[in-house]
Amino acid sequence: MTHQPLDPEPRAPVSRTLKLALKYGFILFWSAFVVFPFLWALTTSFKDANGVTNGATWLPWLQYQPSTQGWASLFGGPGGTNIVRPYLNSIWVTLGASAVSITLGTLAAYGLSRFTFRFLFFRNADITFFFISQRIMPPIVLAIPFFLMLRALGLLDSLAGLILVYVALLMPIAVWVMVDFFNSIPRGLDEMAWMDGCDPVTTFFRVILPNAVPGLVVAGMFCVIFGWNDFFFAFTLTFTQTQLLPVSIVALNSSVTPWWALSASALVSIAPLVLLAFVVERFLSKGGLAGAVR
Amino acid sequence: MYRQKYLFLTPGLIALVAIILFPLLFTIRVSFSGWDVYNPGLNWKGGQNFSRLLADSRYWAALGRLSVMAVGTVLIQYVLGFALALLVWRDVIARRFFRVLFLVPMMTTPVIMSVIWRTIFHESLGPLNPIIRGLGLPGVPWLSDPVWAFVAVMLVEIWQWTPFMFLLLLAGLLSLPSEPYLAARIDGAGPVRTFFSVTFPGLAAISVGAIVIRLIEASKILDTVYVMTSGGPGESTETASYYIYIRGLRDFQIGYSAALSIVYLVIMIVALTVIAKLLVRFLVRPAP
Repeated sequence: MTHQPLDPEPRAPVSRTLKLALKYGFILFWSAFVVFPFLWALTTSFKDANGVTNGATWLPWLQYQPSTQGWASLFGGPGGTNIVRPYLNSIWVTLGASAVSITLGTLAAYGLSRFTFRFLFFRNADITFFFISQRIMPPIVLAIPFFLMLRALGLLDSLAGLILVYVALLMPIAVWVMVDFFNSIPRGLDEMAWMDGCDPVTTFFRVILPNAVPGLVVAGMFCVIFGWNDFFFAFTLTFTQTQLLPVSIVALNSSVTPWWALSASALVSIAPLVLLAFVVERFLSKGGLAGAVR
Repeated sequence: MYRQKYLFLTPGLIALVAIILFPLLFTIRVSFSGWDVYNPGLNWKGGQNFSRLLADSRYWAALGRLSVMAVGTVLIQYVLGFALALLVWRDVIARRFFRVLFLVPMMTTPVIMSVIWRTIFHESLGPLNPIIRGLGLPGVPWLSDPVWAFVAVMLVEIWQWTPFMFLLLLAGLLSLPSEPYLAARIDGAGPVRTFFSVTFPGLAAISVGAIVIRLIEASKILDTVYVMTSGGPGESTETASYYIYIRGLRDFQIGYSAALSIVYLVIMIVALTVIAKLLVRFLVRPAP
């Protein structure tokens, strides 16, 4: 897609230069704002107690003596928490809940996109809205009943309990993305398969699902982002057996915070999702997200 | 063969109803009880919790604070996100690099970034005050002054979620057809005129969607406040969610916090519905 410049007539060079300076000035200012906390965390992660209490410094060797204490603490070194177990827990819960949500959500979305349902006075649009509207629910409203529910099921402080709760959090996202996506796949495709004698289930798995991969990727991405980044339920529904990453890192945040361990573990925990930004940008620039957004 | 259609819908529907609807109904029942540390269990107290709530000025202050914070941050995010999307939309150096960079904050865990921000806002050891002093301004008591603490929380929210606006608006910009721009050029419309009569109307629907989604998410603000300020200093950054958290999970006034959450939920649903309807009416209109 090539676009013509917007200006209808050439402007005076001075105002053009000024405009360019403002444009790149703002872009660079915002880039600095975005990068600032990451750079700060990176440099802090190589400090020790002395490096931190000497005030805000940025350059290793020149301004402070670098130390690997923070990074060593990730694997059980002194002055931090071992985050290997929480990391694995977070991976299991995120992937487990995303997989269940996408499976159930995709099936429901296909049903809502292709067939007419009626329960009492609820029709398709109402059911779709019921799914999506669950995002409005503030976590705090459900925290106490979830706690009691998981206790009754014996799932408090367990991976399975968290996955169960996260499914409720993520399925609305999967349904939202996939209903739109299936609506954009022409119905003719289904009808052709039916005429060839496929029943709806076969049609879905053989014909529609292979065409729905881009939608599944977008839905999966959003599920992983929201699952990995949640804190509140992991915080209220687990104690010591099953800590997730955000909980174990926030636990470091006390009055005497080991900034070095905190920074190192923060960087390691956000790294996998930062890589997702590249995937999102690919979709964006190829126009693959426009359909999912509308 | 259409019997099979239920195979698609029911598993997901049943799962969601089981996981969310029952807890919600349970919360409604609990809100009529006096469940606390001394009397655990589902006794019946009628509307006592609700009349107590009406007189609870700390609750209403928290709701007011939340509205200011949510509406304020979302509007700033929208303006900044729109500006950034326009800047990297077409001819710009290293376009894809900046697009990736501008998306990064929304991928990071809010609560973990809040912990990092807390060290940045640290008055004597953090890096922010030296920069401000370098500009010749006095240092700022970021987390110990009521007003500045509120500003700090808002700054972090803006850092975290402007990328979301940027993402949706850039996706919208990239899906705009190019013919109206050609027509505007032929008509001799300048960039400002083109923006207001072509670009903005083309993005009105996405704008409303993006603003409403962000308002929904912002109305739940809790993590950032919990980590950065614990609602303080005093109660100056206490949001509705955080106040309910204190009553329910710190003081264990389960019944009262259930009543608080139900009222909070109803107010949010009503307010967001009204805002969404108003936005649709005033922003989404047929192009002139």
